[in-house]
Amino acid sequence: MTKKIYFTFDGKKYSGIEGDTLASALIRNGVFVIGRSFKYHRPRGVISAGCEEPNGIVQLETGNITEPNVRATEIELYEGLKAFSQNNWPNVNFDIGSINDLLSRFIPAGFYYKTFMWPKKFWEKYEFFIRKAAGLGKSPTADDPDKYEHFHYHCDLLIIGGGASGLYAAKLAKNSNLKILLIEQNSQLGGEHLSKQNSDKDSPLFKKLEKLNNSSNLKILKNTTVFAYMHSNYLLASQKINKKNLRQVIWKIRAKKVVLATGSIERFLTFNNNDRPGIILANSARKYINYYSNKIGKEIVIFTNNDSAYKTALDFHLKNVIVKAIVDVRKGSDGDLVKKAKELGIKIFFNSAIINTEGRKRINKVFISKLDGNFKKLIGNPEKILCDLLCVSGGWTPNVNLFSQSRGKLVYRESDATFIPNKSFQEEISIGSCNGTFNLDEILEETYDKMKKLLDGFGEKIDEKYKENTEKIFQDKMQHIWIVPTNKNFSKTKMFVDFQNDVTAKDIKLALQEGYKSIEHIKRYTTTGMATDQGKISNINAQGIISDLSGVPINELGTTTFRLPYTPVSFGAMAGRNIKEFFDVERTTPMHQWHINHGAKFEDVGQWKRAWYYPKDNEDMSQAVNREVAATRRGIGILDASTLGKIDIKGKDSSEFLNRVYTNSWSKLAVEKCRYGLMLGDDGMVIDDGVTTRISENHYIMTTTTGGAASVMSKLEDWLQTEWPDLKVYLTSVTEQFATISLNGPFANDLMKKLYPNFDFSKENFPHMSFKAVESDGIVCRIMRISFTGEMCYEINVPSSYAKDLWEKCFKLGKEYNITPYGTEAMHVLRAEKGFIIVGQETDGSVTPIDLDMNWIVSKNKYDFIGKRALSRSDTIKEDRKQLVGILTKDPNEILEEGAQLVESISALPMTMVGHITSSYYSPNLGRSIALALVRGGLKKKGGKLFAPMPKKTIEVKITDPVFIDPSNNRLTA
Amino acid sequence: MFLIKCPYCGEREQSEFSCGGEAHIVRPKNPPDLTDDEWADYLFMRKNIKGVQFERWNHSNGCRRWFNIARNTATDEILKIYNMGERPPKIEGNDLKTPSGEPEIGSGNISTSFKKE
Ligand SMILES: [Zn+2]
Repeated sequence: MTKKIYFTFDGKKYSGIEGDTLASALIRNGVFVIGRSFKYHRPRGVISAGCEEPNGIVQLETGNITEPNVRATEIELYEGLKAFSQNNWPNVNFDIGSINDLLSRFIPAGFYYKTFMWPKKFWEKYEFFIRKAAGLGKSPTADDPDKYEHFHYHCDLLIIGGGASGLYAAKLAKNSNLKILLIEQNSQLGGEHLSKQNSDKDSPLFKKLEKLNNSSNLKILKNTTVFAYMHSNYLLASQKINKKNLRQVIWKIRAKKVVLATGSIERFLTFNNNDRPGIILANSARKYINYYSNKIGKEIVIFTNNDSAYKTALDFHLKNVIVKAIVDVRKGSDGDLVKKAKELGIKIFFNSAIINTEGRKRINKVFISKLDGNFKKLIGNPEKILCDLLCVSGGWTPNVNLFSQSRGKLVYRESDATFIPNKSFQEEISIGSCNGTFNLDEILEETYDKMKKLLDGFGEKIDEKYKENTEKIFQDKMQHIWIVPTNKNFSKTKMFVDFQNDVTAKDIKLALQEGYKSIEHIKRYTTTGMATDQGKISNINAQGIISDLSGVPINELGTTTFRLPYTPVSFGAMAGRNIKEFFDVERTTPMHQWHINHGAKFEDVGQWKRAWYYPKDNEDMSQAVNREVAATRRGIGILDASTLGKIDIKGKDSSEFLNRVYTNSWSKLAVEKCRYGLMLGDDGMVIDDGVTTRISENHYIMTTTTGGAASVMSKLEDWLQTEWPDLKVYLTSVTEQFATISLNGPFANDLMKKLYPNFDFSKENFPHMSFKAVESDGIVCRIMRISFTGEMCYEINVPSSYAKDLWEKCFKLGKEYNITPYGTEAMHVLRAEKGFIIVGQETDGSVTPIDLDMNWIVSKNKYDFIGKRALSRSDTIKEDRKQLVGILTKDPNEILEEGAQLVESISALPMTMVGHITSSYYSPNLGRSIALALVRGGLKKKGGKLFAPMPKKTIEVKITDPVFIDPSNNRLTA
Repeated sequence: MFLIKCPYCGEREQSEFSCGGEAHIVRPKNPPDLTDDEWADYLFMRKNIKGVQFERWNHSNGCRRWFNIARNTATDEILKIYNMGERPPKIEGNDLKTPSGEPEIGSGNISTSFKKE
């Protein structure tokens, strides 16, 4: 007795048996309507038993583990499974969208494009309806509690597909010394063999193949789909684990050789009303009745244009299902299967077609008509046959998706209208039906020959050869019939080509009539092949129809590009463990824990977590920032500046190197002196700034902005390696080796004396813009007297592992000066009060030093430096470029928005913008708001008036000098 | 994700490298003598070839060394790796078209036709 498994579908409880997919379990329960179609909301049931399924798409589970667009044909049933139909608002049996079906002549090809062309007013009206009706599933709103992993794997041989050809290839290579990985997308090996009835499974070869198992050199992965084939034999596969805590694994595989044994997919036929529940691909029906022991129909009809569907007829007959008719487009066939069907007395209608069906929630009858000799016209009156299952076969499409992704070249084979591999681009072979080889004896022959060559290439021996005698199926004796003739007005037919996107033959005809010629355009206009199934079943039929209607042969029409992923991959799997704190590197300073302990709020600066402000008690942000700013100007403010980039520069050409990368001159900078530098791109635009210190004759330490550290380092390395390899200069990033403590304020000097009692911190010995290496407790600190606040400031660079101790010591000794930690926000206010720029805030890649009124830092004597030539381009010397100015609002309590636009006068829209605000703060030291701005020709307009037109009011402002505090630098040099 | 054989480290994943654009663009030695147009040409004008392109690459997540690559941009085939400062190599007999048969100019988005060879 097989184990029963209980599950629910749309809230109703059902049971299936072990081994069922959700689709087979639903069919077992007589549930044929699984969803509604996308555009017309017609009832739809499964039409396949695999990953090509366009209709049987469900929403799996609820809450934070819910997953949309899951193919019911691929979900292995488990106890308690919950699934829901999609596209069925408000419910599956009464569906408001099915009004679309009645209105279908108003929803033609290009409907969505045309909708967008309607007047805006219309769109607003229809938007709700369209969005509601057009959804394909819902994404979860809460975090996914499960884990996804990425797994890297290297192997000699990757075999994709565990059907006859793939298994045989593995068997042939198994006794070699090669490391082999075999991947099968289903839960069982065997492929097409699984669909056979038991009496056909006695083949001695398959008995051997089925026993293939993981061994020392062969690894077999089931439930795994290779979805991408990229360069250098790099392939991605997604494995369904579906265990608690580990849902999926993405395999990242590098293989020396790839064996593509990906099989083929059965085609549909395009006839009127070919989408009713109970119309199914012939070989899939066979899999349901044989493999799943699922009596999918009681009275069936077969509609085919080839021999293979006769297998379905014979197997159903054997299981005592009444095969009422085989409707065969062809005039006849000598195939063994056809002979057998005749012998069994199954009624065959040759040179005939099914031209219509009936039955809303399940097919209940078909109409059969005789065809003319050219398969273009109907002859006589149609015959009606009652049935509850219609099995359709339009031939087979080799699964060349991965081959095409590998950039191999396909060739068109006219006899069975297939694109098959022709010329490889990568180290890969195709075998079996994905290579257009359909008969087992030929598959075995081909696999042996190709594997022998492949193994020879590795210098490995091949296993013994097998032969199998199989019945003759004339794969090439099929009859193309891309559009089944109809006795109806073609524009009123519903011949579905793409089931998931609801594209019909008449939509394609309309696209052609509207002038679309390229297959890529028709595809996008009609949306055929663009749903989650990527047209696995529909693409070739769409091409055939276009070819038929336009008279251009398929091989000249070409095929559309095969894209990855082969099957949809969930975002969770793609992200793997790289989520939340692992999404990107989080960098913290040695004092980070101190900041946390003292209630700091953090802001992200690049990858760094920087203390933003330290609210006390119930302070809000502006209260905290105002307090920090005021404390710094009155006592001591202490800032963790460890995130600034630090580049150690050594070598005899270091000064020359700095001369080339900075705008100012470095040769005469004395040892133990600091200098501010602006770095430009060769387009003359500011890219970085910072203070560089000469530690000794041939040793400098450069400071970069926090955000620019990595890119400046890369750029400097680039110049050195590629333009100036003759310079003897060596760069080392020491950003993380040193932490930086910045002490600012009128009492900074007093604190330094307490920190380093044996050192002379007098103005004479240690003036502004100088450097000292100072030892205390055996630790040498690099101290620079530089300032980014306008206050007297010492920046102590301390080896990182000692930084937290020193930081805490500063607080202990600085208590009497009201030492106050300040964050990046206060830092911004302090520097803005002083008119110091921030690269990336006052500059945006379009600002030169001249625009910043920093001509003083641009050397006139140097023949060249990076950016020099561009500063005299016709555009950079223009007088009305945007230039840096200070801005004061007329109302001192008004704080402008950063990014606010500035105009000279208020007029009707659109007004001419003359500038924008780059920085804007409240200055507690001035007791009013301040701002910096880039204003067209601003340097000559100081004292003038501008306006900031805001949505609710207009703010009058005055253009000023950007330095608001201590323009004569008395505080700095004290 | 192709593989690149770094001349200093050996074969590594593409993700360890970054591309620095067209190679063999030398920074002029006499910028003040150049016209605006000549300077703009050095600064901005780059080739975007479908086919063999000479490019600068940096093993940025590895040894951080720069080197040159001759790459077929249509197929990502690496035809030659050579040092900075070396002259561009002669690449002979390389079919510029992609193996899947797309046209010589334009993206792979264009459908391709198939005729037996
Ligand atoms: Zn390297």
